[in-house]
Amino acid sequence: MSDATAPAPRRIRMTVIGPILALVLLVIAGALMNPNFLGWDNVTNVLARSAFIGIIAVGMTFVITAGGLDLSVGSMAAFIAGLMILVMNSLVPSMGAGIPVILIGMAVALLAGLAAGLLNGILITRLGIEAFIVTLGSMGIYRSLVTWLADGGTLSLDFTLRSLYQPVYYGGVFGITWPIIVFAVVVVIGEVVMRSTAFGRHCAAIGSNEQVAKYSSVRVDRVRLMTYAALGLLVGIATIMYVPRLGSASSATGMLWELEAIAAVIIGGTVLKGGFGRVWGTVIGVLILTLIGNLLNLTDFVSPYLNGAIQGAIIVLAVVLQREGKAR
Amino acid sequence: MKHFVSGLAIAAALAAPALAQDGETKVIGVSIPAATHGWAGGMNYFAQATVDRLEETYPQLDFVLATASDPAKQVNDIEDMVATRNIDALVVLPFESEPLTGPVQNVKASGAWITVVDRGLSQEGIEDLYVAGDNPGFGRVSGEYMASALPEGGKIVVLRGIPTTIDNERVEGFQAAIEGKNIEILGMEHGDWNRDKAFTVMQDFLSKYPQIDAVWASDDDMAVGVLGAIEAAGRKDIKFVLGGAGMKEMVKRTMDGDAMIPANVTYPPAMIATAIEITAVGLVSQAPVSGDFIIGSVLVTPENAETYYYPDSPF
Repeated sequence: MSDATAPAPRRIRMTVIGPILALVLLVIAGALMNPNFLGWDNVTNVLARSAFIGIIAVGMTFVITAGGLDLSVGSMAAFIAGLMILVMNSLVPSMGAGIPVILIGMAVALLAGLAAGLLNGILITRLGIEAFIVTLGSMGIYRSLVTWLADGGTLSLDFTLRSLYQPVYYGGVFGITWPIIVFAVVVVIGEVVMRSTAFGRHCAAIGSNEQVAKYSSVRVDRVRLMTYAALGLLVGIATIMYVPRLGSASSATGMLWELEAIAAVIIGGTVLKGGFGRVWGTVIGVLILTLIGNLLNLTDFVSPYLNGAIQGAIIVLAVVLQREGKAR
Repeated sequence: MKHFVSGLAIAAALAAPALAQDGETKVIGVSIPAATHGWAGGMNYFAQATVDRLEETYPQLDFVLATASDPAKQVNDIEDMVATRNIDALVVLPFESEPLTGPVQNVKASGAWITVVDRGLSQEGIEDLYVAGDNPGFGRVSGEYMASALPEGGKIVVLRGIPTTIDNERVEGFQAAIEGKNIEILGMEHGDWNRDKAFTVMQDFLSKYPQIDAVWASDDDMAVGVLGAIEAAGRKDIKFVLGGAGMKEMVKRTMDGDAMIPANVTYPPAMIATAIEITAVGLVSQAPVSGDFIIGSVLVTPENAETYYYPDSPF
């Protein structure tokens, strides 16, 4: 940023352009390396597989903007998936394998997600325990619970139910699958809430200075609690999309989703300390993360042993690109 | 205070059996990784089932079973077993070879019998008994099947496990077995023995290669993900998927004659049962049991699948 002719406006733009630039570079690199990269199938694959982390990351954007953190989302998703499968399987004998059972399963997922999110939120706001500690604890609890529910193995959805439920992941309208549609809807709602509602502004206010927010008559605890509850609900929605894909849940489900979601949020330009959040940035972050994995699979460019290193380097690079403008 | 008292009561109840029995009682410690994936889940199940069975059979034996979610926890478990239960024998499936070698050596120094399962320690001569699966053999049997199922040759993709010695040995065995059989490996990627990862990797393989004749998923959890991806893409060029390890759902499909899952290659999680049983025999009888016990990997086909189908196991 030594360019003397570039005053303030350009600096601000860099924080905006950083993640987009990284994404565009990745897409160009991908298109050059493999002709199938921009094919319809590959594009829908990438978008659909981004949906789980993406839906969760939108919720995470609000939590982080309000100065919080949630490490439990990956285990929570695994637990909800396990619970959902158990409930649906147990209803098959009495209700038969039909749409009502699937609807009940979905309701269970949403309720369980909401309850889990509220529990995290209440422990954090009412008891005043650090978010890091509370969610570290619940991460372990949910991970153990799903292992216990599955008896150490894998919970599989009843076969007839599975084929009935599968369209929720694989089906869609006009060739666009449901996970992509739901992801898009969640993003649009998230963006509107963050930008144009009191709730979004309160999140940012709390994250940048809790005391000032309190004196400005923002109901700090309530807003915080709502961010965790919303995140829990979104985890429930993501799980509803996840279960029909392979129809199973095990202790390996949702492994490290929390870190991917947090990384996506930060790559997207939301400040980890809170105070500023950008929902569309989070979407870019999620796409960058998924694309890296996709690209590495589509090319034989680097040894698969180095996948993690490449991902790490790109994450850091994307954040450096943003800081360029801000730091000086 | 109430909690403290009930805590004492529990401690007393736990200690009571050990005190009540005579000096002849021998304690076997079993330390295994927690059920973090399907295979380990099966292994946990067989460990528990074997301990229950043996406690019934041999009243003079006592068992301590501990599952660890990481190597450090496993080291603590083993130290606790020695310190608080004074174990006479240790059956251990090391989480990782390096960090467990020292602690197990200490147990050996205390005079206990050591049985090591599946993953060898990084120093030789510590264990009295070594029970393990045959990883190069697992790859070889898979490769031989692949060669016989594609007599004309063909193009395949390979999903590998978590980058470890186990995975390397399997892949080397596989490659050696298909050498000169006109089978071309289009691509190999790590699916980490994980369904979701395998699903993603297979989707990308399908985008990358227009013609794939068969898939060596090398593990049944990965085979589930691979099948999901193939089904979703609606591709008809893939003739079959060869998994491995003998997950019950997959063995069932082979048994029922599913053309996509024509075979399986065993790598039985029940090897922990073999290890505990032999260790127990060594403690209660005069039979010599030291040495190596390598459990071969067997090809499961529709004809013999029934023998390898364990409906009660979680794996």
